[in-house]
Amino acid sequence: MLIQLKNLTKTYQYHDGIINAVDNLSLDIPKGSFVTITGASGSGKTTLLLILGGLLRPTSGKMSYNGSEINLHNDDNLANFRSKHVGFVMQSFALVPYLTAIENIMIALNVKGNNTTENRKRALELLEWVGLEDRTTHYPKELSAGQQQRVAIARALANKPDLLLADEPTGNLDPGLSEEILGILKEINLKQKTTVVMVTHSPMAAEFGDTKIQLKDGKLHNLDSNGIKLNMKVLIN
Amino acid sequence: MSLTDLTLKELWHRKSQLVSGLLAITLGIGVIVGIRSFLVVSEKAVAVNLDNLGANILVLPQSSSIDNYYAADIDASTFPEDYVERLVTSTIPGVDNISPKLTRRVKVGSENIVLTGIWPKSEIASKPIWQQGGLKGEALTASCAPTGPKKYADAKLQRKGIDTLANNDCFIGSGIASRLKLIEGSKLTIMEKEFTVAKLLPETGTVDDDRVFANLHTVQALLGTGEQISAIEIMGCCSAISDGLLGKLRNVLPDTRITTIGQIVSTQIENNKLMTKISLVFLIIIIFVGGISIGNYIWANVNERRKEIGILRMIGYHKKHIYYILVLKGIIIGFLGGIAGYIVGTLAAIWLGPQFAGIAVSPIYTLLLVSIALSISISILGSVIPAYLAGKIEPFSNMQED
Repeated sequence: MLIQLKNLTKTYQYHDGIINAVDNLSLDIPKGSFVTITGASGSGKTTLLLILGGLLRPTSGKMSYNGSEINLHNDDNLANFRSKHVGFVMQSFALVPYLTAIENIMIALNVKGNNTTENRKRALELLEWVGLEDRTTHYPKELSAGQQQRVAIARALANKPDLLLADEPTGNLDPGLSEEILGILKEINLKQKTTVVMVTHSPMAAEFGDTKIQLKDGKLHNLDSNGIKLNMKVLIN
Repeated sequence: MSLTDLTLKELWHRKSQLVSGLLAITLGIGVIVGIRSFLVVSEKAVAVNLDNLGANILVLPQSSSIDNYYAADIDASTFPEDYVERLVTSTIPGVDNISPKLTRRVKVGSENIVLTGIWPKSEIASKPIWQQGGLKGEALTASCAPTGPKKYADAKLQRKGIDTLANNDCFIGSGIASRLKLIEGSKLTIMEKEFTVAKLLPETGTVDDDRVFANLHTVQALLGTGEQISAIEIMGCCSAISDGLLGKLRNVLPDTRITTIGQIVSTQIENNKLMTKISLVFLIIIIFVGGISIGNYIWANVNERRKEIGILRMIGYHKKHIYYILVLKGIIIGFLGGIAGYIVGTLAAIWLGPQFAGIAVSPIYTLLLVSIALSISISILGSVIPAYLAGKIEPFSNMQED
């Protein structure tokens, strides 16, 4: 099992009280799966994604990655975990505006080592793979939304992660481009055996997952694996 | 794509911000460089003024005053010539030349003249005008002049001893020469001793115009004073005077009156001290204001880059990498600001110096390194806190929260 969540809770303190963004959630995510998370706004989708990516610590409960309890790591180890094992694809693309397409990929490679020649070669391969080999020196503002997202996907794959986390990756794209980006994510999942967890509002996008999770008020509301709705008691402690 | 490349690219991307950030540190460093440039030139001016004065310390008998000395009071008391030996053997630092004198008012025919006995080798051709008149000798070494005597821009102002003055020779002031109708080579009889006029001194407008300078020992013999002198003129270093040279001299010659000639030396020393203090005050203000300005600039930059910093943290950059990027940015701005501040300050001093202070200011190249070091230090101080706070930016700052 790649990821195991056990009684995971994340609370936020607001001036009018405490809100459980994720509420006592237990879940197993197998290696090589494509998990989609849906739910209304405020259901805890993004909070769950942040915890899965080592970007946010849970208030209580455990999150294990390949058997190692991630939430016990210090800041630097969490950063190392993210650079080695996790790729992120964001709705807003999260590209650095003053870096070219190839440089945006190289900054991710740079975290692991400074061999510029090798890093450049790897970045070029990735750009080629996403079909942007002729846009290497273009800045984000010179690229279309779809192209920017493809650069973001290339960067997410730079360090060959086991886990790809996507937060509304098609949220800023028109339907045609959305399908193209979702196709790329599916290809990554199938060909590279990379586990993909995608948060989405779109029912069409959710269909790309082999496991579909629906959250409501931070709790697991529904789970559908390979089109078969499982007995939730099996997965929820 | 190293962190340094990343920093440089960001700086270049936000050029207009870079200019405004640079402006504060440039102006601050410029003020320091400008003041310092003035100060150094002013110190040199003091040294030159000392040369103009020649001697700047007078040793007189206890009962005499400077007025007696300048009036060449006929009844002025004397002290033994071996006081000179005491000074020479005391090796007090800052005493560059010792010139004993015996002065008396005497009559030549119906004319009153001031007969002054001097030691040729140690008598300073102090007034540049003397040197213009052709009196030349070996340059004297000033032990603590700011740049050394041989580096003075105006060669006429170098301190030189009068080369030779034979026992029967004399130099005469322009007033005497005019009244007695003397020219170089003329014979002049004083108290039945015949002197040859070796040199006519140019007009100075001072009591020197009525003086006849002759060899000290000849004058002592002529006046029958024995080995007595009426004054010792000392060329003391400006900085040594301010460091208590007079007190040290008084310890060696306790039964004499020791004083500086003129207020100019002390006034200029005080001016320099004041300038140094002002410079220090400016330095402290600029460290605070410059540090705060750079801090404000970096903090504004951090706020603008929250999303970008979040991206870097998300893909695995550590806090220390964020610190590095921001402090490096501060160092680069400090480096550029140091150079720009040096140029602005130096140009301002060169331009304003002659107009407002009548002083020609030259660039001081060593100040460039000081400017860069100071500017970088201020910038590092200013960027540390914003960098620390930037490290606290969450790695998910670029994500849309549910």
